[in-house]
This record gives sequence, C-alpha cells and structure tokens, in this order.
Amino acid sequence: MAALGEAKPGGTLRHAFGGVLGFFILLLIGVLAFSIRLFSVIKYESVIHEFDPYFNYRVTQFLTKNGIYDFWNWFDDRTWYPLGRVIGGTVYPGLTLTAGTMWWVLHSLNVPLSVETVCVFTAPIFSANAAWATYLLTKEVKGTGAGLTAAALLAIVPSYISRSVAGSYDNEAVAIFALIFTFYLYIKTLNTGSLFYATLNALSYFYMVCSWGGYTFIINLIPMHVLLLIVTGRYSSRLYIAYAPLVILGTLLAALVPVVGFNALMTSEHFASFLVFIIIHVVALVHYIKGILSTKMYKVAITLVLSVGITVCAGFLAILVALVASSPTKGWSGRSLSLLDPTYASKYIPIIASVSEHQPPTWPSYFMDINVLAFLVPAGIIACFLPLSDASSFMVLYIVTSVYFSGVMVRLMLVLAPAACIMSGIALSEAFDVLTRSVKLQLAKLFQSLPAHSGDTTSESSTSPNDVAKVDKKVLIKTEDLKERSSKKNRKKDKETVENAPLKSRSEKRLMVLPLAPSAVAILLLVVLGSLYVIHCVWAAAEAYSAPSIVLTSRSHDGLHVFDDFREAYAWLGHNTNLDDKVASWWDYGYQTTAMANRTVIVDNNTWNNTHIATVGTAMSSPEKAAWDIFNSLDVKYVLVVFGGFVGYPSDDINKFLWMVRIGGGVFPHIKEPDYLRDGQYRIDSQATPTMLNCLMYKLSFYRFVETDGKGFDRVRRTEIGKKYFKLTHFEEVFTTHHWMVRIYKLKPPKNRMKGKSRKPKTSSKPSSTPRKEETYRKNPWQ
Amino acid sequence: MSSFDEVYFLFMDTNECIVSLQIDLTSHIVRVLCTLKVENLGPDVASEILLTFPNSQAMKLANLKTLYNEGKGKGSSAFNLLVSEVHPEGAPQEITFFSVSLRDRLEKGKSLILTVLAIFTHTLQPFPDEITQGDIQLVLYQDSAYFLSPYVVKSQTLNIMLPGGRVESYTKHPNGRIVDSAIKYGPFENLPPFSYSPIAVHYENNSPFVVAQELVREIEVSHWGSIQVTEQYNLVHKGATNKGGFSRLDYQARAYMGGKSSLRRLTARLPPRAHSVYYRDDIGNISTSHLWGDSRKTQLEIEPRFPMFGGWRTSFTIGYGLPLEDFLFVLEGRRFLNITLGSPVDEVVIDDLIVKVILPEGSKDISVSVPFPTKQWQETKYLHLDLVGRPVVVLEKTNVVPEHNIYFQVYYSFNNLSLLREPLMLILGFLFLFIACIVHVHADLSISKSSASYIAKLQWDEVQATVQRVQNIINKCLSIHEKLETSLQDLYRTGDVQSCKVARKTADGLLKELSKELKPLTIFLQSSPQAAQIWPKVDELVAKEKEMQEKLMQKHSAIVDCFEKKHSGRDIESRVAPYQQKLIALKQEIDDLLDFIDEI
Repeated sequence: MAALGEAKPGGTLRHAFGGVLGFFILLLIGVLAFSIRLFSVIKYESVIHEFDPYFNYRVTQFLTKNGIYDFWNWFDDRTWYPLGRVIGGTVYPGLTLTAGTMWWVLHSLNVPLSVETVCVFTAPIFSANAAWATYLLTKEVKGTGAGLTAAALLAIVPSYISRSVAGSYDNEAVAIFALIFTFYLYIKTLNTGSLFYATLNALSYFYMVCSWGGYTFIINLIPMHVLLLIVTGRYSSRLYIAYAPLVILGTLLAALVPVVGFNALMTSEHFASFLVFIIIHVVALVHYIKGILSTKMYKVAITLVLSVGITVCAGFLAILVALVASSPTKGWSGRSLSLLDPTYASKYIPIIASVSEHQPPTWPSYFMDINVLAFLVPAGIIACFLPLSDASSFMVLYIVTSVYFSGVMVRLMLVLAPAACIMSGIALSEAFDVLTRSVKLQLAKLFQSLPAHSGDTTSESSTSPNDVAKVDKKVLIKTEDLKERSSKKNRKKDKETVENAPLKSRSEKRLMVLPLAPSAVAILLLVVLGSLYVIHCVWAAAEAYSAPSIVLTSRSHDGLHVFDDFREAYAWLGHNTNLDDKVASWWDYGYQTTAMANRTVIVDNNTWNNTHIATVGTAMSSPEKAAWDIFNSLDVKYVLVVFGGFVGYPSDDINKFLWMVRIGGGVFPHIKEPDYLRDGQYRIDSQATPTMLNCLMYKLSFYRFVETDGKGFDRVRRTEIGKKYFKLTHFEEVFTTHHWMVRIYKLKPPKNRMKGKSRKPKTSSKPSSTPRKEETYRKNPWQ
Repeated sequence: MSSFDEVYFLFMDTNECIVSLQIDLTSHIVRVLCTLKVENLGPDVASEILLTFPNSQAMKLANLKTLYNEGKGKGSSAFNLLVSEVHPEGAPQEITFFSVSLRDRLEKGKSLILTVLAIFTHTLQPFPDEITQGDIQLVLYQDSAYFLSPYVVKSQTLNIMLPGGRVESYTKHPNGRIVDSAIKYGPFENLPPFSYSPIAVHYENNSPFVVAQELVREIEVSHWGSIQVTEQYNLVHKGATNKGGFSRLDYQARAYMGGKSSLRRLTARLPPRAHSVYYRDDIGNISTSHLWGDSRKTQLEIEPRFPMFGGWRTSFTIGYGLPLEDFLFVLEGRRFLNITLGSPVDEVVIDDLIVKVILPEGSKDISVSVPFPTKQWQETKYLHLDLVGRPVVVLEKTNVVPEHNIYFQVYYSFNNLSLLREPLMLILGFLFLFIACIVHVHADLSISKSSASYIAKLQWDEVQATVQRVQNIINKCLSIHEKLETSLQDLYRTGDVQSCKVARKTADGLLKELSKELKPLTIFLQSSPQAAQIWPKVDELVAKEKEMQEKLMQKHSAIVDCFEKKHSGRDIESRVAPYQQKLIALKQEIDDLLDFIDEI
C-alpha cells in the first residue's frame, strides 16, 4: 500500500506519460498492421489480387471516371451476356466509395496516385484502422492494457492478413473495421448511455451495411446481446439508448443502400432485431410503470400488461410466421441458410458449395489462421466472467457465435479473428497484470526485508500466502453474500450489482499474489508464446497469404521462376480481339477477363444466375458440336480454359470440371455426373469414360498436349492422359500462354452449306443434320 | 524510293550529275543513301540544288538529310545542309521538290559531292499479306531503277541490299543482276531529266515490322535531383497478318515453325546511370525483361507479354530515372535541359511521337530548340501538391525513325527558392494541424458561458478536483496507518516500547492535521448539488477511514499495553485478533471505495 501512497503525487505526470506512450504504441501498431501487409508488394508487385478484387477495382475505375450518379445507374453490358448486370443496384458500394473518396481527396490535393495504387493500399490502411477500433472496443470492455494487447494481436492476426494484404481489394478489408467499430460504438453507448454515440453507432452500422453482406451478423448479434441482458435482469436506460436508435436509424439507413433496400425490412435475417425491439419496449414500459405505481398497483398492472402484451406478441408472431412460411426459402437467403444448416448448401446449391472458401474449415486451418489465440481464447472468456459486465458479456456472446460461424464456413474465420484477438488480448493482459504485480510486490518485499533479517523473511513469506488465502476465503464468502443480496434486490437495485461487480474483481485481483518464481517463469513463457505468435504471423504474411494468385512464382535450383500466364492471356485478349467479342470461360475467370482484358464475358464470379452458369457448365461438359452450338447461340467468339497439366498448376479447369458437370446437370438433366466418373472415380487417363474423353473441356485442355513430351503426362493428375491424338473440328487454337496455363480457342465459323460436298458425312448431308439440330435444340436453352 | 533527283531549278539542263544509289532493305525501314557528284554546267552560280521524289514516296519520307563533305581524305568534314520543300513553277504535280541550300555557291563548271540520306517508312508491302505461323514473310518493294532527277544524270548505279534469304522475283533489267544478297542495277548512262523505270523486288524479310502507333514520352524534371522519363508505347506488328491461330507448341518446340517474323524482344538503349527502371502495362508489371549497364550505356532488353505476330498489338510503359546533373545545365543564368527526343528502342518506327517536358513549378521564359520542325505547344500539369501547376512543353512529330533520336534543348529560368515551397507547405500544414489540436484541447469552445450544462460542467470539474484531494488525504492517512503497523512489527521484533509510543504520537498529530484538512472539503462536497451522486460514497469513505483509525489506535494501544505488561504472545494474539479482522475488512472496504471513486 505504500506504493500506492507514493504513486499518487506523481500521478498526473505518470498519467500524461502513459497517455503519450499509449498513443505511440497505437501509432506503431497501426504502422505494423500496415507494413506487415506490404509483403505482397515487396515480394511480388503492387497489383490487384485474385478474383473479386478485380471486379471491385473495375467498379472503382468506373466510379472515378464517371462520377457517383453514373455509378448508381450503371448497367454493365460487358458481363453476363446477353443479360447484363445492374452493378449500381447489386454491389455493396462501401469499399468502392471509400477507395473512390480517398482517390478523390488525393487527386484534389494534386497527388498523382493512380486508382490502382489507391485500391491496392486500401486494405492495409483499413487494417490499421481496424487495429485502432479493436483497441477502442477492448478498452471499453477491459481497460487500456487489454486494448493495446488486443490491437497488437489483431494487427498481425493471419486470418485477417489473408484478406487484407496489399492488393487484396475486397469488401472484407473494409468491413472488418466497420464491424469492430460498430461494436465499439455499441459498447460505448451501452457504457455511457449517450445519444451522441448511439447516433454514431447507427452511422457506423450504415457503413457496415454499405460494405459487406456480413452486416447481418451485427444486426443479429446485438439483439441477441440485448435479449441476454434483459433476461439476466440487466436492463437499463443505457441499454435502451444503445439499442432502440440503432434499430430505427440503422434500418432506415440500411434501406438506403440499393443492394439491401427493402430486404432490411422483409427478410428473416432482420426479424430478430425487430422482435427484440418490441421486447425492449415492453420491458421499458414495465420499468416506467414500476416507477410511478405503488407495489400493489404494480402487481395488478403487470398482470394486465403481461396478458395484453403476450396476446399482442402472439398475434405478431403468428403474422410473422405466416409471412415467413409463405416464402419458399423461409425468407432466408441461401448463404444465411447454409450458415444455419451447414449441410444445406451441399444439398441444394452446388454453386455455393463449389467455392472453396464456403467449405467448413479443418482443424489445422484454425491453427494456421489464429495460431496461439486458439489457446488463449478460453482464458479470455474466463477473464470476461470476472466480473461479468454488460460489455464483457457482449464479448462472450460475440466469440461464441463467431466460433460457430467459422466452423461452418472457412471464410467466416475472418469474423472470428477479431473476437479471438480481443479475448486473447484480455487474457494476456490480465495474466500479465497478475504476474507482474506479484513479481513487483514480492520483489519490493524481498528488497525491503533483505537488509533486515534474512531468517525472518522466510517465515514472513511463508505466512503471507496463508494470510492471502484466509482473506481470499473471506472475500469469497462476502461476495457470495453480495450475490445473494443482489439477487434479492435485483429488481430494485440492478444498477448496484453492476457497480459492485468491478469492486469485487478489484478486490480479488489485488489479493491474487502468486509466488515469485512461478510468476517470473510464467511471464517468460507468455513472452515466448507471444513471440511464437509473431513469428507465425510474419511467416504467414510473407509466405502463405501474399501471393497475388495471378502471378505465380516457384523457386528452383536455378533461381526464381515467374508464371505470368494469366496476364499474358488477358493482355493478348485485350489487344488482339475485337472490343465486342464475347469470351466464354468458367465463372472463376469472369471478373478478371472483364477487368484486365475488357472483353464481354458470359458468366462471372457474381454467381447470381445459376441457369446461365449451368449453360456454360453444360457446354464445357458436352461434346464439341453441342458445345459449339451452345456457345454460338451465346455469340461467343473465344473460349478460355485454364490448364495446369503442363507445369503442375493444381487449380485448373480439369480439377474444377466436376463442379461444372454438377452445376450443369442441376439445370440440364442430360448431363449426368456418373457419365464422367469411372466407378465413382474422377480420372482422365485411359480408364476414363468416353463421355469424359469427348467433352469439350477435356479436348480444349489437352489439345496437342501429347506432342510436348510424346506421352501426354499430366503433372497435376500425375497420369498419362487417356485420349492423346485428336483434332478439333469446331474450334481452333488461337493462343496459348508461355506455360500453357491459359489456352484460348476461337469458334470456327459455320461451314458453308453450299460448299458442303460430303467431305464428311456428318456436316454435309442435309437430312441428317436437321434432326441433329432439333436434338441440340432441346438441350440448348439459348437457341 | 530512292529516286534521288537533283534539280537545278530554272537551269534544268544546266546541271549534270553522277549518282551512286544504295537502298537498304534489310529492316522494315528503308534507307536510301545516295552519293551525288553535281557539276554546274549552266551560266550562273548555283546556290541550291533540287532533289525530287514522286509524291507517293514523299508522303512516306521520314527523314531527309544532306551532307556536304568538304575536303578529301582525312581532313574532310561533313556539314549538314538545310533542306526545305519547294514548289517550283511549272513543275509536274506528281513530284515533290526539295531544295538543298549549299554552303558555298557552286561556280560554273565546278562540281561538288553531296551525300543524301533519305529514310522512308511503311513502304515495304507484305505480300501475301496473311501468313500462317510457320511461313516466312515476303515483302514487295517498288521503286524506279533510274534516279529521278530534274537534271541530266550522266551515269548512275543502283545497289539494293537485301537481308538475305529467298528472293521471290525482281524486275529483270538488261543491267540488273543478283550478287550475293544484293541486287545491282546499272550503270546507266546519260539519262534525261525525270527518267523513270519502275522496278519491283519481292523478297523475304523476316524482320518484325515494329511500329509504335503512338509514343508518349513524359520527361519530368525535378530539381531535387532526378529526371523521370516515362514512355508509353502502343505497338503494332505491321508485317504480314497472322492467320490460322497461334500454336505455342510449334512456337516453342519447332524452330522452323517458330514464327520467324514474330517480335520476340526489343532492346532499349537507355542513357548511362539510368536507375529505377520499370516495365509494365495497364495490368501490372511485366516480368520478362533484363537490364545491363556499364559506364557508357544502360541496356534494357524487354519482351512483350506475348510474342508479336503480324497484325498483333500490345501496349506497355517503360520508365526510368536519370541523374539530373547529366542532362541539366546552366547557361547565362538560364537552365537548359539537353536530352534525346526519340525512343531509345531499336528499329521502331513511331507514327506519332509526343514528347512532354514537365518543368518544375515556377519555371519561366521557356524556349525550345529542336533540330527539325515539330508541332509545339504548352500545357499545365498539376502534380504533388502543386498550386499553380507545372509548365509542360509538348512537342509532336509524326513519322519518326531512329535517326530522329537526337538531342534537343529546353531553356528556362527557375528560382531555386521555389524548391522549398512544397516542403514548407507541408510543414505549415502540420504545424497548423497541431496548433489546432492544442487550441482545441486547451480552449473553452462552448458557445454559451451561462448555459446550465456549462455551469454544471464547471461545477463537476470542481467536484472532481475536490474528490481528488479527498482521495489524496485518505491515501496519506493510509500510509500513516502503514507506518503504525510497521512500528508494531518493530515492537514485536525488538520489544522497544518507547519508540513505538513515539511513532504513535507523531501519527496522532499527523492524522489530526489531515482530518482538519478534510473538513472543508467534505463540507463543500456535501453542499454541492453536483456531488450528490458521489457524496454518499465519499462520506462512507471518510467514515470508514475514521473507524479504521480508531480500530488501529485501539489495536495499537492494546498491543503496547500488552507489551508493557509483558503478556505472553498468545495472549496478545487473542486480544488483538478481533481488531485485526475488523481492520482487514475495513481496509478492504476503503480500497474498494477508493477504486470506485477513481473510476468516476
């Protein structure tokens, strides 16, 4: 206690020093978050990554070139030919508007940064913001120390890095910041009861809605928390202020975003918030009535209100249920449904299931993505229960739900990451708190008593833990007392319990003094754990998550080898085909083709029209002639396939081919998956089925492949191909990239019928060709 | 092309020349080198000589240079002579005339030797104009066997140099023959003015016909020490168009099918000490490039993303930095930039060259000196926090060949102090930001000084300060308690009752003073409405502290008493125990209260 007395005079100075130190730590955390994501720029180049970012980049280019109004009205005719896509109404505009605004500000300051550069660095900048938001959120929950720790952890958490390296210009990069910041403002409002923060909270929620479809997580998690607080008797006016404006303002604002629109009112994802909104009003009413009535009257009133309220609620529920039941998907979107029922997607929507990031994660991926945090999270949860405040209960709820969601989809690991960081931050901070305090106190004691009597110190130190234990017991008894009392009075004095809670924790904490040696060792171990985490994160950022995926590199004994085939193909398409030519490929490459080659595509990564994708899938799995008919009816000039067999690039079209068959077969039943499988096995060697060996994808991938090495050895499938020598009759090869990874074919023009002098009986004889036409007519939806 | 004509304007039949003509057809740029020996037979002194080309050739003329060699052998020196287009009266419409102004007038009966270099682009015609990947590229060249001249040509030879390989056909002529990879015509004697005899050569030319349809070179001068050059190329292969697709297999595996006329790589010769070289296009870096450098040059070898076949296009950007001191010089108070105009890439024809020289902000008195006619104008460009913009000198020239890659100068005056403008702007900006922050934190920005909430805030601040002081006092009390406890422990150890009593006395005094100090504070808190929320806690705190004091005193006196009466240790324990427990509990409560008040 002497230390406390001495500390006070220098308190303000220490406070100021701490503030400055904290500021600089935060600044450094921001710098760390930004710079750890630059590995991709340093190791590769400043370029947009992967698939979706290319679309976002293209939209941003459009926005900066044509302005905001044209952006809202943008009908894109270069994709989903011949349907087109209303971009302004189907895109979450948050990311685009953010980057567009940053570009505009820079531009008006005459800083000549290109749109691409701004887009590349948007994600790292927002990671720094997210780290700061994490600090704020954790500070609201558990104080500054935990805040700083959590921010530092989040700055380098691999899961988030995987989505926000420089160049990964995707919604999530901005959305995670918005998510954390919204939670922070909610907790802040809950702690202060300030309408100012409540309004900010609604605005931040609006930003989140603009940014990512994951906003439904917020609008379900917060009501759950509110419900939890009400049920546990922690209702307060602060809770009301935190929740009611959010629902009203938030829903109104959300409905302003074109892509959400009336979904903000109509879909089941939002019903929970409205239900809780009603409940919180009932509870508020009850509290109000309780305040103005005497106890007796109150009892009368409560029965009245309860009975009326229950009937009204029942009525509402009945209407809701009826409404929901009338819609085929029960008012839920496919992705939400697959969250609630993890097997839903694989059963009904192969297009969702076909995306690897929609698969459930494996255990190693948890270790890969959050590393040691996985072990710290339970400790953090325990720390949140000591004491359980409004804010910490929110964190517990957040971690529990996000763990569930991450278990359903790999992609949602991203939502888990901030929660895990906050929990681990709390755990680490509490642990350090206890350990360093015990070291400090006991060191002080050691130094005090050393000069006096060495014999006595041992006896004293042996008694002191006893003392502590004694006191501990007492405190325990006391707290139990307190609990009892509070549970009795909790109707009247629920605020008191909240006040008592921190007191309780403090008292316990202060007395938790561990022996010197174990605590020193524990500190050491924690530091080691932290360094392991840092090493892992840096490794993950540098090696695992920085590859832009359009440029591949491999290291061999003779140095670095670069595979730049995708851009080679796109550049060729962009420069050497007509501006209006249509390019067909599997939907994975749609965004890249429109953005890099500026050519019209049939399907792209915005998989909004299953039938259209199924058509392309059908064409790819059909024999050449049927495929030609389908493509020709879609005005396709070029077909692009990705082939990895030459250099061993595993994620090529042959490996994705079964999904094409499945999706195609889902709409056009004449495509049957078993036709492509030999005894349930997918193979391309001589054992493969004739359907497989004759389908367009096989032919386009392996055309003249055998001539490279004489055997046709596919390095991905590690086998010799089944059908080696064949000719293409309806397609001609027009371009193949350096490593054969992208092959582009052109549809041959139809044969001139006048000329047809029966060179081949197939095409020339008129009577036979007419029924063939009819046959394909049925199969092809676009004729 | 190659019709080299010398005309002596009005004295058409008064001049006579001996011509040796050499046409270089090895690349896609046609270079005609013509050595003329002109003799003045007319009555007057001649000051100019006329050169003539058919209009069809003149349109494709990229560069026309006339050299006059003075002296002979070792002591000879060449001068560039001024050439300009003229339209003499009565001259045929199909012919374009150029007039060469001589340095010294040509006296009657004297003769001189001129060397004329004419460079033509887009004159080789691929025939057939569509070939497959495996085919060779055949081109057709058409010209006149005779030197087109307004003068009498006394004797003339024509030598057409071919790149080797197949010659499909050439116009037979009595004096024409193939020698190795060249076709020789002539000598022809005594040709009358404007003689013309069409010839055609159909031969194999596999050099890629690289044409930059547009090249924009931006040269940005920064007085901070570097010149940044950015070159945006829009390339097209103007040779025979590729038909029947492109097979990578054939291209890679079979040399004879490998697309002989395709463009695999380009070499750019950059100035020495070029640094930060990059090579990219719209969709990112292009990784297929190599860079060497020595003290005399930097050589950049670039490959386009894909091999270029006839008719294929691509576009890319090359950029590099150059040290300022190599290119910028000071002359009579003005600065001048001395840098090359054309593209550093070998054997590229540029249809439209635009050179933009971006001078630093604040440059004045700009003038340009270019050795051949160009279109010129000025623009303004805003970069890096500019306020008034940077002056940009724009030069545009069409039909540019590598021979145009010569130095030009941009003169301007510039004040060095302007350099500091932008750093100062930044410094000031941040200064104002910080000042604004300081002002915001320290100044009272509330609009109404008499509003209730403002007053409440002031009062609240006061209450907080008071509470802080109360806390301090309590903490002091606690530390005094601490001292008493230690004195008791000393007593246990040493049994020195006296010193313990002394400690007690001083503690009493101190505590009394503190309680005196505490009184006005508690009164203030009690009366203040703002403190209503805290007051009960503070009150409780003070009360608890007092109680603790009492208990401690009792314990103290009890122990001292026991020691004086020499009770046994167990006895002391039993007497002190109730106090001890109470004290610990009180201490706990006080700590809790302090924490609680801290958090407000």
